[in-house]
Amino acid sequence: MNTVPWLTILLIVPAAAAVVVAALPRRHATLAKQLTLAVTLAVLVLAVIATFAYDPDKAGFQFSQSYDWISTFGISYSVGADGISLVLMLLAALLVPVVVLSSWDEVDGDAAGGGRVPAPTAAPDLGTPGGSAGGTGPAGDVEGIGPVGGVGGVGGGAGGTTAVLAAPAPARPVTFPPVETRGEAETPGRRSVPAFFALLLALEAGMIGVFAATDVFLFYVFFEAMLIPMYFLIGSYGPVKEQAQRSYAAVKFLVYSLFGGLLMLAAVIGLYVVSADNLGHGTFDFATLRQMEITPGVQKLLFLGFFVAFAIKAPLFPFHTWLPDAGAQSPTGGAVLLVGVLDKVGTFGLIRYCIPLFPDAADYFAPMVLGLAVVGIFYGALLAIGQRDMKRLVAYTSLAHFGFIALGVFAFTSQAGTGAVLYMVNHGLSTGLLFLVVGFLVSRRGTRDVGAYGGLAKVTPVLAGVFLLAGLSSLALPGTNSFVSEFLVLVGTFTANKPLAIVATCGIVLAAIYVLYLYQRTMTGPIVHPENKILHDLSLREKFVVAPIVALIVALGVYPKPLLDIITPTVTATYADIGKSDPAPPHPVAAYPGHTHPVGTHPVGTRSVATQPGGHS
Amino acid sequence: MNPANYLILSALLFTIGTVGVLVRRNAIVVFMSIELMLNAVNLTLVTFSRINGTLDGQIMAFFVMVVAAAEVVIGLAIILSIFRTRRSASVDDVNLLKY
Amino acid sequence: MRVDPVLLAATEPGGQPIHYAAASGVFSLSWLVIVLPVAGAAVLLLGGRRTDRVGHIIGTLAAAASFVLGLVLFATLLGRDGDDRALSQHLYSWIPVNGFGVDVGLLVDQLSIVFVLLITGVGTLIHIYSIGYMAHDPNRRKFFAYMNLFLASMLLLVLGNNFLSLYAGWELVGLSSFLLIKFWEDRPAAATAANKAFYMNRVGDVGLALAIMFMFATVGSTSYADVFGAAAAGVIGYGTLTAIALLLLLGACGKSGQFPLQAWLPDAMEGPTPISALIHAATMVTAGVYLIVRAGPIFDGTQAARTVVVIIGAATILIGCVIGCAYDDIKKVLAYSTVSQIGYMFLAVGLGPAGYALGIMHLVAHGFFKAGLFLGAGSVIHGMDDDQDLRHYGGLWRYMPITWVTFGLGYLAIIGFPGLSGFFTKDRIIETAFDKGGTSGYLLGSIALLGAGITAFYMTRLFLMTFHGKPRWSSEGPAAKHPHESPVSMTGPMVVLAVGSVFAGGLFVLGHSLQDWLEPVAGTGVEGVHTFSPVVLTLLTLVVTAGGFAGAYLRYQMRPVESVARPDTEVSLVTFAARHDLFANTFNETVAMRPGQYLTRFLVWLDLVGIDGLVRGSAAAIGGLSGRMRRLQTGFVRSYALSMLGGAVLVVGALLLVRAG
Repeated sequence: MNTVPWLTILLIVPAAAAVVVAALPRRHATLAKQLTLAVTLAVLVLAVIATFAYDPDKAGFQFSQSYDWISTFGISYSVGADGISLVLMLLAALLVPVVVLSSWDEVDGDAAGGGRVPAPTAAPDLGTPGGSAGGTGPAGDVEGIGPVGGVGGVGGGAGGTTAVLAAPAPARPVTFPPVETRGEAETPGRRSVPAFFALLLALEAGMIGVFAATDVFLFYVFFEAMLIPMYFLIGSYGPVKEQAQRSYAAVKFLVYSLFGGLLMLAAVIGLYVVSADNLGHGTFDFATLRQMEITPGVQKLLFLGFFVAFAIKAPLFPFHTWLPDAGAQSPTGGAVLLVGVLDKVGTFGLIRYCIPLFPDAADYFAPMVLGLAVVGIFYGALLAIGQRDMKRLVAYTSLAHFGFIALGVFAFTSQAGTGAVLYMVNHGLSTGLLFLVVGFLVSRRGTRDVGAYGGLAKVTPVLAGVFLLAGLSSLALPGTNSFVSEFLVLVGTFTANKPLAIVATCGIVLAAIYVLYLYQRTMTGPIVHPENKILHDLSLREKFVVAPIVALIVALGVYPKPLLDIITPTVTATYADIGKSDPAPPHPVAAYPGHTHPVGTHPVGTRSVATQPGGHS
Repeated sequence: MNPANYLILSALLFTIGTVGVLVRRNAIVVFMSIELMLNAVNLTLVTFSRINGTLDGQIMAFFVMVVAAAEVVIGLAIILSIFRTRRSASVDDVNLLKY
Repeated sequence: MRVDPVLLAATEPGGQPIHYAAASGVFSLSWLVIVLPVAGAAVLLLGGRRTDRVGHIIGTLAAAASFVLGLVLFATLLGRDGDDRALSQHLYSWIPVNGFGVDVGLLVDQLSIVFVLLITGVGTLIHIYSIGYMAHDPNRRKFFAYMNLFLASMLLLVLGNNFLSLYAGWELVGLSSFLLIKFWEDRPAAATAANKAFYMNRVGDVGLALAIMFMFATVGSTSYADVFGAAAAGVIGYGTLTAIALLLLLGACGKSGQFPLQAWLPDAMEGPTPISALIHAATMVTAGVYLIVRAGPIFDGTQAARTVVVIIGAATILIGCVIGCAYDDIKKVLAYSTVSQIGYMFLAVGLGPAGYALGIMHLVAHGFFKAGLFLGAGSVIHGMDDDQDLRHYGGLWRYMPITWVTFGLGYLAIIGFPGLSGFFTKDRIIETAFDKGGTSGYLLGSIALLGAGITAFYMTRLFLMTFHGKPRWSSEGPAAKHPHESPVSMTGPMVVLAVGSVFAGGLFVLGHSLQDWLEPVAGTGVEGVHTFSPVVLTLLTLVVTAGGFAGAYLRYQMRPVESVARPDTEVSLVTFAARHDLFANTFNETVAMRPGQYLTRFLVWLDLVGIDGLVRGSAAAIGGLSGRMRRLQTGFVRSYALSMLGGAVLVVGALLLVRAG
């Protein structure tokens, strides 16, 4: 192979950088930031170059590489890219530098402590922990899961060894430690900055790896490995004042994902066993496995193993309850990557693994998945309308969006499938931007409670404008990126299953409500809280953070062709592989006579028949 | 002589040792009971070595002796230090390491 | 299945699909019509405060340039053959996915050029008006940016050559309307009204989106040429065609404020008055009419859907008229008058090819006089220190003569004073409704006639209460008002629009000019049997109108007007209902909003207690179990030894059992 090993480079660069950054002493915070930003930008550039090197018209994986890893079990290090994984890697490579820049001042907290936040804001903050806790689940809940909190303690202990967790969080029955100890237990300054950025880099390596892997076992390894940095990002770098809730959220995220991962591991091993039976030698190679015939009964079991893992990861209704907690308790950057990219692994897995590996089972379970998807669209939207915690709200909107994606994947038409994959990218951008903007608000005001805002459009017009744009993208307004994907999903579903598409389309009304209702409560009306009168508009750094995403949202809305050209062939091949083709329209354009009418002969000639009774033809 | 008799003796010794471990509280006595159990096992090993006509059992017995000696050294040291700090050699008094 | 004559006609030889000529020459620049205002909006929004000082100039120039280009296109079209006036321009491939290939393309034809001229023409005038009206607003730049955005969206809507481009414009005008309604967003009422408008529009958008999906699923394309070709060729089944038409109608109702989605339009008057004139009277709300005329080939094939269109039109005429009589807020009255006038247009286009051109004619005439009326209202409000209550006006004609004259001309046009634009267009609609024949024809004609009478009543009421009678304001005291005429930048556009309202109608009707112009797109009706002779009907209409006028004159000119409205308890049931929008909002709240809120609360509870409760419950169960189990770890060495012994015995016993067995 004489081609450039793009994927391995994309994988190794952030991984190596993670080690280097982690090894930096704490006091070199700025160096760590700069190094991380440089590396992630380099990864982005590499990913873009790789995208140009990718030939969308070639079938199968490109940039493929394969080395034996554990040859006894037929496990290999194999990577490759197709249209689906390539765009998702691109998304990951794009969002990480954005997140790095957005987290610039968030970790070491001098700014959060009072530099950027006006002094009067800080005082009432301390008085309102109840308000912000209200959204994260009643205080009593945290007490109820004492044992789980204990696990958090163990995790904290592990964190201590990597000098990440300043204070391991044992199960404390007290939800809110008194203010003084809280301040002492963890001031923002005690959080290690290099470790944070090292975790981001490790996460990036994991994300690239999980999309690039073409060996099922390797995929599983990356699938689980991604959890580790994310766990620490939530548990150690979440909201300073909500120690109990954030360790609860981190453990919930971890346990949920591990549970799904375990089922998937069983299914992965099952696949190996089946392949050993069928082929004589066991293998984890994806390309080989998808050629394999599996009996339908076994397919169903293995499908469920993978599906539950992906449904938790995505998440689909009803496996979603970790997402609002994790979304609310992550640092902003973590939330962007969590919802923007990590969750896409779930939907990516559905189209990459569930469907080609188990076509019969996918067919069999499709009605169930479609049902869950549609329920999710409405359930997520309605719950989003009912939230008061902004980050939880955004997390619930994602649930609705994942409903659309799952709908598109399991509608089995190339339009819906392409729309779903494009939706993954678009959702990463629009929800990522929404999380970023909410993060800006929270960092200014110190609370996620919607009620603490109101009338901000007057004080922070640019922030409000970006917020609105992100929201409009979230509700899939034409001209923004999401419209293209949502409409493709719906139109593709419509050709295959009309009632379902009609019901799902009604969900766009709810999307308008949750977005604009949030906007109304935060940005419009009179300023009721005096603290809000002195908020700053976006700083230059923050403008740089949002600018690329804003530009892409508009650009991909107006001209999505480049991405569609990459995605469509792969998706079409995926469905063609399992014998699904797009339903042909009953009266296609070419079907009625005279379609090949030469251009220039004018319609009006036809239309003037209209003088006949009954109107124009 | 019938080798079975050695085995019976060994079984008796082992039982005595076991009961001693279970019922006595004094750490030294428990310790001695353990030694008794080890030696009962040694006796079995040697007997079987004799019955089978190979040396494997005897070699194993040497191993056990060496381990027992090492154990005595460490065990007694622990018991002594416990006694020094707690003024007691009862095994029921050292129950700090629980749920 | 019932056989429609249209289908028969279309299946005859010659029912060919539609091809539009490729755009060349000046038409290859037609994209500039849209891009100019987009550029204006982009410069103003991205330029930030730096462009504050020149914002209004840039915005107005962009609109004017667009208008000039529109004029050039129109002139060029005039120079072409009557059959050769539809030019399609392919710009680029927008969403290409296998069979679903949507291009961004423009279609300049007789219909869209009329709209381009209306939108950019009225739009430019209102830009100029806004320079004065918004002079003291710190966010004037943004206002112009949003107006430019609106123009661009509206132009995309009418110029697109496929339904998805239309849909994009459709939703984007919804956005612009949202942005402009909430322009003074620190007023909670404005923010709420904007959201309400967007939500209700979205309900309509669902219909439009589903219609497009239906088209794609049936024909495999969304371009006008393909869809209309297939519809005209009669290959689409009657059921499908009706479904598509009804879904399109839902979209049209949402955007045009027609029953049952009319409730947002009056609330939208929270926006600045120029916006009410531009968006919520002259252009955007007429998009529904455009959609139905544009989709004429589809509606022609389905009598059922057309019946629904006329029913909605007729119902909306009455709803708008009745409520218009009860309100005291000058803008709300005009808003309901808009609702009912668009009802006339729906009625006209629902009557089929005979009415398409009439609908468009009334639309254009309405664009002039209603925009003029709104601008006049804005001038009054401006002069009365932002007071919008009719009962606080009176005798203003002395203080603002230009407004009085221009407003008066608009008023005469809307009630159908002979010779003015409304007279020609409304009269023809009433006539065509009667000509439909049968009971339904009589019913529709009577409703339209009745509507004309009520329109005369409430518009006269509005006019008299504002400009005549005794002043009900005082120039002294704490609430002193000093009415004054508005600056030239405001009165100028009003004059232009007033001239338009006077002459537009005659211009269209003389020699059927507009009707003939639109004929290739809209077709022509059959000069069938008249139910009444036109002269009789015209006289009848005039009598009814005069009756409405007389009623209002007697009530509001001959008798003094109270400066405070009577409380709800003292008015008749009809007035009470009309004051409450015929309970449309109550209905929406009871049927949609409250159940939605309860459902949301229930689901939030369910999620927390039910689904997450299950998760937390299983975590707690495992935690509790381990809590019990760890008690086994007593710390007593001897009990550990005992359990080891027990374990050993168990293992040995099991071994023996296996061996023995």
